[in-house]
Amino acid sequence: MAMRKGLSPVTATALAAGLAFLYVPLFLLVIYSFNDSRLVTVWGGWSTRWYQGLLQNQALMDAAWVSLKVAAVAATIATVLGTLAAIALVRAGPFRGRTFFAGLVYAPLVMPEVITGLALLLLFVAIDFERGFWTVALAHVTFTMCFVAVIVQSRLLTFDGSLEEAALDLGATPTRAFFSVTLPVIFPAVAAGWLLAFTLSLDDLVIASFTAGPGNTTLPMRIYSQVRLGVTPEVNAISTVFIIVITAVVLTASLAMKWQQGRTERE
Amino acid sequence: MEKRSLFRSIAIALPFLWLACLFLLPFLIVFKISLSDDAVAQPPYAPVFDFGAGWAAIREKLALLDFENYAFVLGDSLYVYSYFQSVMLAGLATVILIAVGYPVAYAIARAPRAIRPILLLLVVLPFFTSFLIRVYAWIGILSREGLLNQLLLSLGVISEPLEILSTNVAVVIGMVYSYFPFMVLPLYAALERMDDSLLEAAADLGATPASAFWRITVPVSAPGIVAGALLCFIPAVGEFVIPDLLGGSDTQMIGRTVWNEFAVNRSWSVSSALAILILLVLLVPILIYQRMQLRELEER
Repeated sequence: MAMRKGLSPVTATALAAGLAFLYVPLFLLVIYSFNDSRLVTVWGGWSTRWYQGLLQNQALMDAAWVSLKVAAVAATIATVLGTLAAIALVRAGPFRGRTFFAGLVYAPLVMPEVITGLALLLLFVAIDFERGFWTVALAHVTFTMCFVAVIVQSRLLTFDGSLEEAALDLGATPTRAFFSVTLPVIFPAVAAGWLLAFTLSLDDLVIASFTAGPGNTTLPMRIYSQVRLGVTPEVNAISTVFIIVITAVVLTASLAMKWQQGRTERE
Repeated sequence: MEKRSLFRSIAIALPFLWLACLFLLPFLIVFKISLSDDAVAQPPYAPVFDFGAGWAAIREKLALLDFENYAFVLGDSLYVYSYFQSVMLAGLATVILIAVGYPVAYAIARAPRAIRPILLLLVVLPFFTSFLIRVYAWIGILSREGLLNQLLLSLGVISEPLEILSTNVAVVIGMVYSYFPFMVLPLYAALERMDDSLLEAAADLGATPASAFWRITVPVSAPGIVAGALLCFIPAVGEFVIPDLLGGSDTQMIGRTVWNEFAVNRSWSVSSALAILILLVLLVPILIYQRMQLRELEER
């Protein structure tokens, strides 16, 4: 029989090799952040001294704070706009320029960052908008809202509109129907969209480099300027903190969503 | 939903206005500057339109726009090579991504239903951690004194350390690594939707597993392959971080060239022309990608 559900030795090996490829580099990075030796290539025993140094690195802490503020603001605006865009695409029915609208929503997903960054900077210069916190935040809203739209869109596609129609038939206004019927159902996707927008913003180097003002160096910009000087245990330590925090948040969020989803399905 | 409700209008208008002002308009500005000349002024290009100055003044300035920067870029073999190299390296990385991503996506689609979400999460998780950090991790592995060379030397596989970092090989490795989840997810989505009865029918008709795979599984998952390839290829062509950190002096990918032209040579008009030309190179793949997304939307 040719058919087998489940994993054969060959597919299981492919899977294991693929996951090893993804995780071994990150694992090595984390291990070497605990290296006592300043030379990255020589193992000098275990140490946490690079982590102690991080807290005293004021420039780094400032950059982290800027990044967190930008990401929180950008992700929140992007979630509102992205969710609206998804509703327009899935629920609004035909309207003039719908294909064009869809094109505008999908294009930033694949647009090379260098082009988006350059274009936004030239816009800000042309309208004489001083570069600073808000230019980075607006730029981040623009590309992350499209990721939110795609996530919310796929959730809207899997749940049929009859519940909303029932609410409308019963006399609810469209706004009310959205907040009391649609939003609770799509909420996990909206939350996932926010989280993705937040991490994408936190992670962005290229667009921020184009659009940030002098006093608004973000964390990736700071890390990048250190990385260009070569591999150092400090950078490994920052990276490890970053990896652990993000992993913990994403795991907690996905567990919470699982639980929430299980609960709504039971109800 | 009601046809003419205020809510519906807002859902369409707000995102549309935002993207028109902060995505579409900027490209028009880039195009305009690509037709301008560099100037020692602020902003460093000329002419600068002053829409208060009346129609005659605008027309006068419109006459100053020309395709000089394009002629300059296309006449310089270094720039042309830069485009060629970007497409080649991104293309090579995409082919390798299909080859390594397919078995992984296939394995996840075949895995017991209960553990599939966990496997998918494992594939996506590195994507959430910083792109910059993931590229940085490879510097320590691929450098001359790096972990890969140490391992190979101690095993006696090689006697001289390999020069991988600062070459195009490292750039391709970095791209394959960074874009891996973008390839696996669409492939998985296509494979998971596949109807197993097709394979059963093929087996009943005497097809070997290998021929059933090539003649049924691969064609059925073709949309996933195309979507994954586009999702990796398009951004990879304009990639900046990977060639900058892992590439060497012979790595002249176009994203890095745009940045250098802008930040180092301070020529805004040439970097704008370079950016518009990247868009022209990528126009067809971007349109195919949008079309596929739109079809996905209409199908269900």
